[in-house]
Amino acid sequence: METIDFQLITYLERNIDMKLHYYDGTDRVINIIDQEEPFPDGRLIVSRTDTMGILTHCNQSFIDMSGYTEEELIGKNHYILRHPDMPAAAFKGLWSTVKEGGKWDGYVKNLRKDGSYYWVHAVVIPNVRNGNIVGYTSVRRKPSRKKINQCISLYAEMLAEEG
Amino acid sequence: MPFVLSVSPDFTPKHIAGWYVFNTWLQRQTELAFHVELYNSFIKQREAIAADEIDLIYANPYDAAMLVREKGFVALAAPLNKADEAVIVCNNNYPIDAIENLQTDLSIVTTDDPDVHLMGMMMLEPADLNADNTNIQEKDSYVLVAKQLLQQKADIGFFLKEAYYDLSALIRDELRVLIASEIFVIRHILLAGPKLQQHHQQLESLLVNMQDNPKGADVLKTMGLRGWETQTQEDTEFMIDLMDTL
Ligand SMILES: Cc1cc2nc3c(=O)[nH]c(=O)nc-3n(C[C@H](O)[C@H](O)[C@H](O)COP(=O)(O)O)c2cc1C
Repeated sequence: METIDFQLITYLERNIDMKLHYYDGTDRVINIIDQEEPFPDGRLIVSRTDTMGILTHCNQSFIDMSGYTEEELIGKNHYILRHPDMPAAAFKGLWSTVKEGGKWDGYVKNLRKDGSYYWVHAVVIPNVRNGNIVGYTSVRRKPSRKKINQCISLYAEMLAEEG
Repeated sequence: MPFVLSVSPDFTPKHIAGWYVFNTWLQRQTELAFHVELYNSFIKQREAIAADEIDLIYANPYDAAMLVREKGFVALAAPLNKADEAVIVCNNNYPIDAIENLQTDLSIVTTDDPDVHLMGMMMLEPADLNADNTNIQEKDSYVLVAKQLLQQKADIGFFLKEAYYDLSALIRDELRVLIASEIFVIRHILLAGPKLQQHHQQLESLLVNMQDNPKGADVLKTMGLRGWETQTQEDTEFMIDLMDTL
């Protein structure tokens, strides 16, 4: 996805202030906390974006888990949830799949406003109306601990390769 | 030829009569001829849909995709405050109290109710359970699902939340809810087919005003509904997209 260029400038160790630089020139400093927020039982975390990945809709679970208010979320790029432990390659696969009209699913570690995180099993699909992709929907559910553990090591390797 | 009205086979038995009353009300209001046709399984009803034998249907969300995208149906309305939610239930004596602790080779008792089954399986995912590593038995009704659990012939059962709480307190005393879905946006919708196209607007406005009219309100009561609200095409597309991700 060429429009989104998430760059990590300083990420030296855990529980430190990190400056996250975004493709649009903005940046923010966030204290990354190694603390997991459990996925709420029985719920789905739902969001929709336009074709560029800008949030157009999110449900209450999305708001609760992200730690932001709805006003802070709508109109923002989805990378507002991007956690520095997530390899870029994961999202490349997401975008190339859904842009071609396919369904993508994967495990994602998301960043909360307060710097803590939550794991999801995400499914992303294109919203096809009259034959055209008009946006995307993501529905996230509770992942198994086994899958999370597999992803922790996989993503660490991928990140190391990305350098 | 009258138009054919059908109801998703997961309707609650105590409200069957209500759909016939609704049919009579609808005919009076529209001066169109309608005829109720019920099916005792989703497979039978899907065959009738495929053969273009149904014009108006209170459909399970699972079937909405096929009705809208393949058969040209359009949503007229959705029931007020009536989301479909699923609960996973076990016998009180069952030694496990969290989904994550369920083990493979688990025996599941379910119905052919497609959205409830989908939500039930989705809620087992945190335990890495799926159709390949569990044993699934299908029963014709939620009462039979409860019976299997009472007799300890299955580990867990999937229920439509409403159907579970319709069971007698005596039965529920022997059972325990392990998890309940809180999805809010999955619900049955009333859809009209292509043959009714010129009447869509008339039907839609009749439905959304139904609860404001004393006779209409009585009919709703016998159907176990509070009223109808507008369901836009995009609301329907959104629900179909969401079902598609499960
Ligand atoms: C519908 C949809 C949902 C998305 N959900 C997330 C998400 O929950 N977390 C996340 O980090 N990225 C999500 N993304 C991907 C982001 O758009 C973005 O690609 C990602 O955060 C990585 O940023 P980058 O592309 O600049 O590397 C989603 C994208 C779409 C289309």
